[in-house]
Amino acid sequence: MADLEEEVLARIERQRKLRPRFRDDRITMAHGAGGKATHTLVAGLFEQAFRNDALAELADAAIVELGGLRIALSTDAFVVKPLRFPGGSIGELAVNGTVNDLSMAGARPAALAAAFVIEEGLDSAVLRAEVDAMARAAQGAGVSIVTGDTKVVERTKADGMYITTTGIGLGESRYEFSGASVRPGDRILCSGYVGDHGTAIMLARGELDLDADITSDTAPLWPLASALIESAGEELRVMRDPTRGGVATVLNELAADADVGMVLEEDAVPVHPAVQGACEILGIDPMYVANEGKLLAVVAPAAAGAALSALRSVPGGEDAALVGEVAEQPAGMVLVKTAFGGTRIMDMLIGDPLPRIC
Amino acid sequence: MKFVDEYRDADLARTLGTQIASLADAQRHYKIMEVCGGHTHTIYKHGIEAHLPDNVELVHGPGCPVCVIPMGRVDDGIAIAKRPGVIFTCFGDMMRVPGGDGSLLDAKAEGADVRFVYSPLDALKIARENPDREVVFYAIGFETTAPSTALTLMRAKAEDIRNFSVMCNHVTIVPPLKALLESPDLRLDAFIGPGHVSTVVGCRPYEFIPADYGQPVVVAGFEPLDLLQSIYMIMRQLDEGRSEVENQYGRVVFYDGNTRALEILSEVFTLRPHFEWRGLGFISQSALGLSDDFAEWDAELRYDVPGVRVADPKACQCGEVLKGVIKPWECKVFGTACTPETPIGTCMVSSEGACAAYYNFGRFAKSTARAGA
Repeated sequence: MADLEEEVLARIERQRKLRPRFRDDRITMAHGAGGKATHTLVAGLFEQAFRNDALAELADAAIVELGGLRIALSTDAFVVKPLRFPGGSIGELAVNGTVNDLSMAGARPAALAAAFVIEEGLDSAVLRAEVDAMARAAQGAGVSIVTGDTKVVERTKADGMYITTTGIGLGESRYEFSGASVRPGDRILCSGYVGDHGTAIMLARGELDLDADITSDTAPLWPLASALIESAGEELRVMRDPTRGGVATVLNELAADADVGMVLEEDAVPVHPAVQGACEILGIDPMYVANEGKLLAVVAPAAAGAALSALRSVPGGEDAALVGEVAEQPAGMVLVKTAFGGTRIMDMLIGDPLPRIC
Repeated sequence: MKFVDEYRDADLARTLGTQIASLADAQRHYKIMEVCGGHTHTIYKHGIEAHLPDNVELVHGPGCPVCVIPMGRVDDGIAIAKRPGVIFTCFGDMMRVPGGDGSLLDAKAEGADVRFVYSPLDALKIARENPDREVVFYAIGFETTAPSTALTLMRAKAEDIRNFSVMCNHVTIVPPLKALLESPDLRLDAFIGPGHVSTVVGCRPYEFIPADYGQPVVVAGFEPLDLLQSIYMIMRQLDEGRSEVENQYGRVVFYDGNTRALEILSEVFTLRPHFEWRGLGFISQSALGLSDDFAEWDAELRYDVPGVRVADPKACQCGEVLKGVIKPWECKVFGTACTPETPIGTCMVSSEGACAAYYNFGRFAKSTARAGA
């Protein structure tokens, strides 16, 4: 009996390691949710069609060598609804989102391009407010918005406005960070409270009749990233910002990239009680909820203590915590040690609990 | 989190685990069925089996309301959802359940206006706000969710909201339990009774289980310590040779249930003569339809639906999983053709389904927990 169970489990593991194939007849909201369906679409369609070395990393930012310089390039589209929410707005997200993708590649963000798709009839004051928010966020993150594009589409076509930003940064570090470099024994760090952004958006939509004092955590991550690079150097394996799909999705991606087990201590991950409560009521695990100003880092064990202190010394990193460890097993998966003294596997997000959060 | 953490204390769990182990006869193998999908979810999410001895096995029963909806009823829902002018509302889990040809989520991608709601009252609100559209609520669930559907219908009637209707798929808890107990291939020692359903129906309806089948029933809450305590209470009954209905969830469940809710149910619903359960087949008097007083709000009367019965896929063994005859991993298609992304059987669709819960949370749970202990 037990042998048969093992056999079935082994078969599933093999299945999970196969390159995902994109076979769906139509695009559903799940393809945009950052979980398994998104992964299948990106790896099964885009990566196949555009095949090249820089893309193969499937990181949020790619590193391109130009004239001997390592240039990090990243782009991100923002379709959040509502446009404004407690703690931020689409303009602020559009700047911080791309800045953070560059930062996670270890590159100091330098310049952004911004493309606006604006809906006919949008109140100019709304647009002005978002442009102002972008200007402030750019200043805060130390980047310039140097070029852009404007399109207007018919009424009802764009929920007010969509913004796409593309950014470049200089890969200043001598070190290369990649998910594949993660190895057993490494420590997993989290820069602060998780789940705030996604929960704030959910509540701001007003569809749930829930009220709580939860604000988005949108913030530029370069100060935290550079502190980590400085303190851990080549002992820093990789950094990721857990946006759509949350902490669970990032850890699953890293587990798959390095073929290691990521072991997460459930009660070590900082979650605000209000977020925990809202998620409990909605039946959502905060580990799957989006963040817009947090990072996860994997560091070699010897550097973990210094890296944690470095994070905590930077504004926005005060609540950083050691949340887990990399193990050999279960390879390619995330194992959660529950606060209750049990364990479970934390899979990639399936389906779409929270549409349009960034 | 206040009032939740108290029920998730690992030290207390270890103590209860030791007490359960001391009551378990080493020569015996215990099979305890948790009827309710919510319990299954808690068991995997918190890793409860790590605290149980090897010879105490939990069997996951048929109590996931999404999992028991047959494919033909999903197709009927999709047919309504695809009608022009209809806003089709349902609980989130329901959207991914495959019918004979795709799910409500697929219908949404094809242009149907399908929205998920957290309460039928939200669906009624959508109807109020969209007087030029027809709003349909696809009602599912046991006696747990039926009162909220009933209240919504009463409100719709009181406010005379005519662009709202309900496609009723509510089911009742006792008939499937009877059907289970009658199946010859079932081998169980006791039941963990469904907590949420019991807040409405109380504990009395389960008295036939100890009386006629000699098996203990303990109605349990949904926090991990609730479950461990109810397993302890069951083991004590078995150890002392007792079999009776006990209530572990006394902070919420009254022995006689919620009489006001039961009154409302009998006012709004009537018992259907029979209803098809996915995997279990037709069970007589096991589901609720709208009573004549609410016929005007009955989506099945308002719209033409195909009403075609779709046989369960041959390879799928949901029925045996639901009956606890086989474990999820023993199903021929588990984890290969049938996964949470591409579910064949409904046990894989809802996160409360026995297969999805095992797929997401259960793998490695036992072995790694032991290795770590």
